[in-house]
Amino acid sequence: MNLVDKKVVQNKMNKRIISNRIMRQMFFLASAFGIVVLAILLYRIFSEGLPYLDWRFLTNFASRFPEEAGIKAAIAGSVWLMAVTAPISLVLGVGTAIYLEEYAKENKFTQFIRMNISNLAGVPSVVFGLLGLTVFVRLMEMGRSIIAGGLTMSLLILPIIVVSSQEAIRAIPKNQYEASYAMGATKWQTIRRIVLPAAIPGILTGGILALSRAIGETAPLLMIGALSFIAYLPENIWSGFTVLPIQIFNWTGRPQEEFHLVASAGIIVLLIILLLMNSIAVLIRSKFSKRY
Amino acid sequence: MNTATNRKQVSIINTNEPIKEETKTIYEVDNFNLWYGDNQALYEVNMAIPMNKVTAIIGPSGCGKSTFIKALNRMVELVPSVKMNGTIKYNDKDIFSSKYKVEDLRTSVGMVFQNPNPFPKSIYENVVYGPKTHGIKKKKVLDEIAEKSLKEAALWDEVKDRLHENAFGLSGGQQQRLCIARCLAIEPDVILMDEPTSALDPISTTKIEELVQNLKKDYSITIVTHNMQQAARISDKTAFFLNGEVIEYNNTDALFSNPDDKRTEDYITGRFG
Repeated sequence: MNLVDKKVVQNKMNKRIISNRIMRQMFFLASAFGIVVLAILLYRIFSEGLPYLDWRFLTNFASRFPEEAGIKAAIAGSVWLMAVTAPISLVLGVGTAIYLEEYAKENKFTQFIRMNISNLAGVPSVVFGLLGLTVFVRLMEMGRSIIAGGLTMSLLILPIIVVSSQEAIRAIPKNQYEASYAMGATKWQTIRRIVLPAAIPGILTGGILALSRAIGETAPLLMIGALSFIAYLPENIWSGFTVLPIQIFNWTGRPQEEFHLVASAGIIVLLIILLLMNSIAVLIRSKFSKRY
Repeated sequence: MNTATNRKQVSIINTNEPIKEETKTIYEVDNFNLWYGDNQALYEVNMAIPMNKVTAIIGPSGCGKSTFIKALNRMVELVPSVKMNGTIKYNDKDIFSSKYKVEDLRTSVGMVFQNPNPFPKSIYENVVYGPKTHGIKKKKVLDEIAEKSLKEAALWDEVKDRLHENAFGLSGGQQQRLCIARCLAIEPDVILMDEPTSALDPISTTKIEELVQNLKKDYSITIVTHNMQQAARISDKTAFFLNGEVIEYNNTDALFSNPDDKRTEDYITGRFG
């Protein structure tokens, strides 16, 4: 006796194959949607911005006249901000990850902290801006300076760096720890000579992606009151500053049509910087992956 | 006093079986119990492990033999839920006492693991990892240590021309001998081996067995194996573990030719396990 009716199987065959094809088309459309929108966006920005994008644009300060407006101060501000944010967030983030993964005892409190670091990564950036305004600008009287902005940005990307560093550390096989401990190495020696060298590609990848997010962020810096029109370069970490996305935001808010085109040129510069940073991250990841 | 003890020994030798040279004990295990969480893995283990001999630990999977050997250098403490009582004395010092630093213990008790676990560094860097950890910085000394350890591990001739290549380029058997060299580089007194050949092919296994024979002149070796022929070939004493208990512990010849316990006999004749 046959439990499987061959006739039913044959009748259903076409239907199954057709529904597979339909689903394939639907998933293709879903992916195409994002790509098409991105293409339109890029086309608009490049067609508008390219005429304004030249050496003068990169080396001029902001101006009342669109033809003379440049992003020198914004680029300098972004670089300064990164110079403050990168070391602070990396040191704090990697330190936190090492503590949580290697030293912290497994208990309720540690679990609570772990869970909340992941939650923190989902907090809107405006909220971090408010925090920065209250704590760094007002309470600690840093003013609307690069250091206040950098600290705020560090807090914003800290959770991302902690989580990606934790993952990089967790990916190291247990037998590597065993080999080191079995020779009488201390925990710190094992971390410094085995764990960190193996985890650094992952940590750097996560760090660069986090920093590229910080470079594109506007909201927290608007909250702490970064300037939008400055015609000088920051001298030290206590100077006022502007950054690329704020400069772009400012130009798009102006009534003159030409400034919108200048904004497009600024966006191109920002996109190129982001693309470069992400490529470096991808490069590091592919170069150092699969070592065990 | 001296003559008295000598005379006593002579009489013992006369009344007992063939002449036995006196061996010192390096590990003294007394009523040792161990739990993982609520599961007891070792029950009342009593064992004296002799110096400069090869002691084999055999038994079926899950009998606690790996747990036991990992207790000897306190590696078992890496499992967070582990609980222990009883004592293990190494050279008459309690290894679990708060005064005994675990780093100190592991400096004189080396370990080789089941799967070769070299670091993703060069062959040379792998071998000198231990000495560097213990603060030896002089390049000349490190070079000497590397050469001596690799020679002891019978690997020198195969790798001397590529010391600075990555250790992952070696074959599995070579990697395991590299791990043995790395362990010898800290000049331990004891080498613990946790099924060191179970992941290797027969030729590499033979090489490592020969190596163990040569090393026992200078080191006390404890080796966990589920291969009974291996235990019979290379060890001086053998302990048979079953369900976390030591069923029988005796000279290897005696244990394999004339086991006292029915369960030992069943195991070594292949009736289970």
